[in-house]
Amino acid sequence: MIARFFIALGAPLVAFVHYLGELVLLAADTFRSVFTHRLRWRLFLQQIVEIGLLSQVVVIVTGGFTGAVFAAQTYFQFNKIGMGSATGAVVAVAICRELAPVLSALMVSGRVGAAMSAEIGTMKVTEQIDALRALAVYPVDYLVVPRVLAMMISMPLLTAECIGFGIIASYLVAIVFLDINGTYYVANMVQWTRMRDLIMGVSKAFVFGILIVFISCHKGLTTREGAVGVGRATTEAVVISSLAVLISNFFLTMALNIVYPAGYQ
Amino acid sequence: MIAVRDLRKAIGEQEILRGVELEVAVGETLVIIGRSGGGKSVLLKHLIGLMQPDAGEIWVSGKSIIGMSERQLTAIRQKVGILFQSGALFDSMTVEDNIAFPLREAGMRDGKAMRARVNEVLEVVELEGENAKMPESLSGGMRKRVGLARAIIRQPSCVLYDEPTSGLDPVVSDSINRLIRRLQERFQMTSVVVTHDMKSAVHVGDRIAYLHEGRVYFQGTPAKLKQCDDPIIQDFLLGRSESATH
Repeated sequence: MIARFFIALGAPLVAFVHYLGELVLLAADTFRSVFTHRLRWRLFLQQIVEIGLLSQVVVIVTGGFTGAVFAAQTYFQFNKIGMGSATGAVVAVAICRELAPVLSALMVSGRVGAAMSAEIGTMKVTEQIDALRALAVYPVDYLVVPRVLAMMISMPLLTAECIGFGIIASYLVAIVFLDINGTYYVANMVQWTRMRDLIMGVSKAFVFGILIVFISCHKGLTTREGAVGVGRATTEAVVISSLAVLISNFFLTMALNIVYPAGYQ
Repeated sequence: MIAVRDLRKAIGEQEILRGVELEVAVGETLVIIGRSGGGKSVLLKHLIGLMQPDAGEIWVSGKSIIGMSERQLTAIRQKVGILFQSGALFDSMTVEDNIAFPLREAGMRDGKAMRARVNEVLEVVELEGENAKMPESLSGGMRKRVGLARAIIRQPSCVLYDEPTSGLDPVVSDSINRLIRRLQERFQMTSVVVTHDMKSAVHVGDRIAYLHEGRVYFQGTPAKLKQCDDPIIQDFLLGRSESATH
């Protein structure tokens, strides 16, 4: 009975530690390759387009409507105690520090992470990765390195874009629908929002991007069992990436708040 | 060129290879025959390091490839090309890009020279003018030819063929067999062909090895194989599902 309990508890734990180990080894292999092997610039630029350029609409819509609805909800509450003009400050800080990095990462994991695991997974089950290896090309150099570098550059920029459009949308909602004085709105926002809030959001986005790209590439590279396996790998990549973003966000917030403390100081 | 010593491999509970002993001389074409699921493709993938054995030795060009890292294996893989059963073409690239891939990866940047080289191998595999097609619009035989063109463009000293004629009609199969023979004569390439197609085996092989229950059961020339009166060999040659020994 007790032995069965520990086996039931231990097996998933061992599988989890094994999975983390594989992710770390992939990351180590990738960063070693970045510094010791030539970069395939064409593939890197293709990935910049795929990850950065083509994700912009999703991120702009996410940022814009999140800013808009957050401004409205904040105003509805704050206006009751006569602090409607403080809406801008609350919205800007929240978008910079939490909403933009997390929501951008979730959208990117759904759009880009899924595509990465599906593409690499299909290559795996159709022997295209074996073909790469047989043609003396190391798959990590060819498939993972360009994606990782492109994600490391794109994700912070997408988040900055999300922050910008969130703030613009919140401002428009504030002055058009909520009848807040635009000057006060901006003045409060500028007074309470610091560069460190922006840096914190962009730093989080950088970490989220790394998590998404390694989880998705690893799922693709370990795909098995044909079309069903590709579907499973894609779903797992999105689910694990999203959970990793949400869980790591808490710890990043606590850690980064020491370096970039919140509030007016 | 290639030597295999006591190669063993199990996948899950199933023992696929149970001590394979094999040698392939330079310039020779060795055909490995055997029943479907008998471990022929697994053996072939071991020869280029795509799979790692549980035990045994594999020597390619005088170097043991067991325990080599993926990066160390790239040097061996530059000398040995492989034609996959499915062709394994990169489906996001045109025929030309697929074939030029090994050259581009080797650092060739001269587009003109690269295209000339691609056209040259396309001519060898009798697919002139198909440069711009995508793999999805090619027939099974054409895919294998493109895969072969990609495998030989860097002129490897050895080419491994995994079921080069499976799923093809007899006419296309014959043209692939002729192509393998022609490559061997033209470029003096060492070849290892895995097949269960006896016609193909006899056509292309200098020597034939019969893989049975994870071991090499017979090795010899095609003529010697035909004369062999071993019931297991005879069952395979005559396509009998119920053994004459039973």
